[in-house]
Amino acid sequence: MIGLDWLYALAGAMFAGYAALSLRDRRIGNAAFWGLLAASFLLGGRLGDFANGCLVLGLVALAGCGALRPPPPATTGPAEREASAARFGSRLFLPALVIPVTALAGTFLLKQIPLFDPRQVTLLSLGLGVLIAIAAAMAWLRPPALAPLEEGRRLMDSVGWAAVLPQMLAALGAVFALAGVGGVVGGLATRLIPEGNLFAAVAAYAIGMALFTMIMGNAFAAFPVMMAAIGLPILVHGFGGDPAPIAAIGMLAGFCGTLMTPMAANFNIVPAALLELKDRNAVIRAQIGTALPLLAANMLIIYFGAFR
Amino acid sequence: MTDWLVLSGILLVVVGFVLRLNPLLVVALAALATGLSAGLGPVALVSAFGKAFNDNRYVSVIWIVLPVIGLLERYGLQQRARALVAKLRGATVGRLLIGYLLIRQLSAALGLTSVAGQAQTVRPLVAPMAEAAAEQTHGALDDATRDRVRAFAAATDNVGLFFGEDIFLAIASILLIKGFLEQNGIVLAPLQLSVWAIPSAILAFLIHGGRLLLLDRRLRR
Repeated sequence: MIGLDWLYALAGAMFAGYAALSLRDRRIGNAAFWGLLAASFLLGGRLGDFANGCLVLGLVALAGCGALRPPPPATTGPAEREASAARFGSRLFLPALVIPVTALAGTFLLKQIPLFDPRQVTLLSLGLGVLIAIAAAMAWLRPPALAPLEEGRRLMDSVGWAAVLPQMLAALGAVFALAGVGGVVGGLATRLIPEGNLFAAVAAYAIGMALFTMIMGNAFAAFPVMMAAIGLPILVHGFGGDPAPIAAIGMLAGFCGTLMTPMAANFNIVPAALLELKDRNAVIRAQIGTALPLLAANMLIIYFGAFR
Repeated sequence: MTDWLVLSGILLVVVGFVLRLNPLLVVALAALATGLSAGLGPVALVSAFGKAFNDNRYVSVIWIVLPVIGLLERYGLQQRARALVAKLRGATVGRLLIGYLLIRQLSAALGLTSVAGQAQTVRPLVAPMAEAAAEQTHGALDDATRDRVRAFAAATDNVGLFFGEDIFLAIASILLIKGFLEQNGIVLAPLQLSVWAIPSAILAFLIHGGRLLLLDRRLRR
């Protein structure tokens, strides 16, 4: 069956290509970093947990001592790009649109084919879309054969170590869960609520959800903790609230937290790297003004919607 | 007391981010502190972290789109996106991003979350379009202003995604809520949950949209 392993092989081959290009250019730190990541994608399933852990320590060591160098200069200058944009026109958007269209169509079509793992069809279609887009762009634009790899490497180098931060934080979440961090935080939150005050309980629940999401970087990790500590025992069973809005909007209060934390790296830190912003926290700064009033609004929706 | 020690990792993360140490290093140290205070041995800890890192590889799979984006950028994709905006009369950063916010919220509400994103649409299309719109009203942008416009493009994608996706019935977060409540003896249909995402989605559109119009005002000065 075609499952995630195939996609991991594709990603692994890509990172191995970046490592080879870096090695050719004598950029040893970058070569080692992308090489380790290639090993994780190609062999991670067979390495065993401890070897995978050592691989991660290698990535951390390389990033920690600043071994990664900034990307090589662009292959075409602004003037060349303007001329090329004028020549090819809006058809340049087509290969980029192939990816979402394939992801969309594949999500529905691949499910019908038993060859593909039905739980992973969206990600698999995304991979398929990338391959089709590259093939189409190569046939049409006729760049040098290594161009997709060279250009991908340039963008990847501009993202740098931030590329694995989301995956690292997901792993940290697993260690937090193993150590029982959620239970301790939930107990702490319960102790802070004055007894019998509905508004204080709703506020503690919504703000707690946002704060714990900021710590974990992920509302999915915060939801079970806050729901078990405050939502179910106090709001639903204690005050007799409607569980549907309490749960659904509690999750959205968590999303407000996601907008305000560097721990949600794939949404907040990675874009800052992708867009080459000077301030790593610039995206968070742009989001706080939306997140805080929205958190207050969600609190009020729970208060008025769940306790009628 | 041992209870409180497991929170040491959280403290390390906060301090590390405030001091702007390398985040990968901070995360590794936080995992170390948390694991050790919970009584895990060094080998068990490295193994647990390695297993979790390996299990979460799908998070990093999105990077496979970069060769396509890079290839098209080489042939002027960003320049073309800017040229399109320059042709639109009355295009401002605020109006452009409000339009994108609406599209992102609606498509996410239909479950199409991976159609757009920071790597797929913001870097190659939305950010250069927003910059071009800003230049039309504001003239040439200094570095700080350009970064602010780009940051708002990224922020708009996040807000649209987060406050659209929960309206869709089969999204991961709705299924997580449904599963959690069922374990605790409360059975709800996904629709009963997802309708409650609609008021927040509308408010998110109004609040973020209002801030985008304020951004326009500030740029005009």
